[in-house]
Amino acid sequence: MPYHRILVVGAGLAGLRAAIEAADGDVAVLTRVHPVRSHSVAAQGGVNAPLANVPEGKEDSPERHAFDTVKGADYLADQDAAELMTRLAPERIYEIENWGCPFSRTPEGKIAQRPFGGAGFPRTCYAADRTGHAMLHTLYEQAVKRNVRIYEEWLMLDLIVSGGRCRGVVAMDMVSGRVEAFGAEAVIMATGGAGRIYARSTNSHINTGSAAAFCYRRGVPLKDMEFVQFHPTSLYPNNVLISEAARGEGGYLVNRDGERFMARYAPKAMELGPRDIVARSIQTEIDEGRGFENAYVHLDLRHLGAEKIKERLPAIREIAMYFAGVDPIEKPIPIQPAQHYTMGGLDVDKDGASELPGLFAAGECACVSVHGANRLGGNSLLETVVFGQLAGAAAVRYVGGLEKTGADGPALDAAVAEVESGISGLLGREDGEKMAVIREEMKQVMFEKVGIFRTEGPMREAVEKIRELKERVKRARVEAKGRRYNLELIGALELPAMLDLAEVIALGAVTRTESRGSHFRRDYPQRDDANWLKHTVARWSPDGPRLEYKPVVITKWQPEARKY
Amino acid sequence: MQFTVFRFDPEVDREPRYSTYQVPVGEGTTLLEALLWIVDNVDGSLSFRYACREAICGACAMFVNGKHRLACKTQIKDLRADEVVVHPLPHLPIIKDLVVDMSGFWEKYRAIRPYLIAEGLGERELYQSHADRQAIDEMLNCILCACCYSSCPMVWTNPKYLGPAALLKAYRFAGDTRDKGGLERLKLVAGEDGVWRCHTVFNCAEACPKDINITWSIQALKRKLARAAVGLRP
Repeated sequence: MPYHRILVVGAGLAGLRAAIEAADGDVAVLTRVHPVRSHSVAAQGGVNAPLANVPEGKEDSPERHAFDTVKGADYLADQDAAELMTRLAPERIYEIENWGCPFSRTPEGKIAQRPFGGAGFPRTCYAADRTGHAMLHTLYEQAVKRNVRIYEEWLMLDLIVSGGRCRGVVAMDMVSGRVEAFGAEAVIMATGGAGRIYARSTNSHINTGSAAAFCYRRGVPLKDMEFVQFHPTSLYPNNVLISEAARGEGGYLVNRDGERFMARYAPKAMELGPRDIVARSIQTEIDEGRGFENAYVHLDLRHLGAEKIKERLPAIREIAMYFAGVDPIEKPIPIQPAQHYTMGGLDVDKDGASELPGLFAAGECACVSVHGANRLGGNSLLETVVFGQLAGAAAVRYVGGLEKTGADGPALDAAVAEVESGISGLLGREDGEKMAVIREEMKQVMFEKVGIFRTEGPMREAVEKIRELKERVKRARVEAKGRRYNLELIGALELPAMLDLAEVIALGAVTRTESRGSHFRRDYPQRDDANWLKHTVARWSPDGPRLEYKPVVITKWQPEARKY
Repeated sequence: MQFTVFRFDPEVDREPRYSTYQVPVGEGTTLLEALLWIVDNVDGSLSFRYACREAICGACAMFVNGKHRLACKTQIKDLRADEVVVHPLPHLPIIKDLVVDMSGFWEKYRAIRPYLIAEGLGERELYQSHADRQAIDEMLNCILCACCYSSCPMVWTNPKYLGPAALLKAYRFAGDTRDKGGLERLKLVAGEDGVWRCHTVFNCAEACPKDINITWSIQALKRKLARAAVGLRP
């Protein structure tokens, strides 16, 4: 069975950056898709760093960036973590540029920067509107240069914990269906978000969150999972992302009366308010009958002109043309809010370390927390490279300090046997309902009852529904019995894990009786710092999640009312 | 709508076969949505790769009604056909059904030193003019889906030929003003298994779902090599 001192799970930006950091030693990456297929590739608008490269950004600084991040987070971010991230931002951005990342340029040949929502200055570095693609291909190139070992198309199915520390993972080779243990002294989770728990998500099909859920089941707590970002502008009707860059470059949001309605919700920032506020504003317009077909509003770019659209927003134009038959040079783009980002995740510190020795996490699957209750656009790509590097370095230090190393054979064998017996049981079941039916019910209930606007009653119903689905999934069946590249089997192995996360999200949301950032409750519309300025920490138990709370780190900025 | 899909599991099947499915198709339904509908509702044993569903990850390249396409970007109604016939990418070994073995493709990608060759890390960005950045903009859009590679008759007949995707990547760096690979990089793509094997058939450019003129980049590499051969700056 394979053994590496450090095993990174996930080959998006955070995973590859962590692996590059550890590449001098024995490191390997395990991933369910080829690295360049990871969802980081779909990030569009850009990555924030206070480089002060454009005249309007001269006064920018790591401190201003940290403040914008904390305010955007509705004060739920840990301020020491936000300060660390923005302090390291220039270093990480220059590094990836020096490695070849093809950022767009200012007239002087520096990295170009554009305005983004919730930011005091234009600080979003970009490669047209394909920034994630540019960054991911660059990091993959660097991983190839360093000969990093990559196990492609292996799906993680369990975390191995023995003697109070992490000893590796169990994974299935998707091609052969073979299950194996990967022994490791340190595991770095970099498996992305869980958007596919929701109907209407901008996320890739691979963003199920299952890998993080397998860690949760082995005792690693999840933090702040009720904070789910809805992106204001996803293409109607298939919810492909239309980048915030479209508004950063000057796009207007317009309702059916032809009104730039953001004037009523964020009179100063207008279209460049933070995502939670803009998403709620759009949904309110639609709910109150000022949308189109009761489903969408318009994102109008026409006044930007053909040249700017073609140079700065080519991917947006391509997407609108492919999927909606709309050329934004000629017509407004139909958009609606959709699930976009998982602010919560595995509870880790600034080094990416969880409370389980040897288990680290970085990127969207982790919660440090720098995004708090609402992430600013452009901060997720930054988070991946900053905390990917830190987690990689911390894992190297951790394995360097261990006295005895080597694979824990008995624990690994037992873990494989357990996963194998689960798969045999699943494939042996001849009757029961189809998994896909349960999956669709989960997605629908999460979207309808734990979505942009939340209230007690529907959320209680959602918790009950998820619990019912958790029972039903135990009796559901898989019709395709082969082991090779069995998509139905893969879906069936992930679904119970997704239901665990859905339960944590719904329970955390109904318990938090306030509104903060992305978590908006009609029955508790105000932020309640006296009672709720704290992180939710969910621990797995056989009877469902146990919720605990821990304080938010405040360094410089006392919570204030959030106005834009 | 009738979908006829190529099926083959080399570990079980003696020879390939076809499965036919009736799939409900509406306005805007994509091929990927149709394939996922089949897995969810009719036949979970059908295998194919997919991820982003927005034409940026490159996972779902396949051969549809006689053309290389991304399943996610292909709208059924745009095919203007009574039947949809789906094959895996031609000329690549088959793992199962529509899933092909891409190891040869990635081997060639690795062969051209697919990374910026530069001096170590500096304090700031490497300066590059806007015009120089835009000069390689089209090449940067490659998503490594292998449509070009699968469409190239030179790849079919010479398994050693680097092929269009690797050569495009080579030009992405050779044409990047920040790259210091110079002649060393050009040598990697010279020779009979490199750019000179390209006979400008233009299949790659035709097949590219991102509309990249790959053949142009290969010719640009030839020009650089020719200039170097007569002692001019490449």
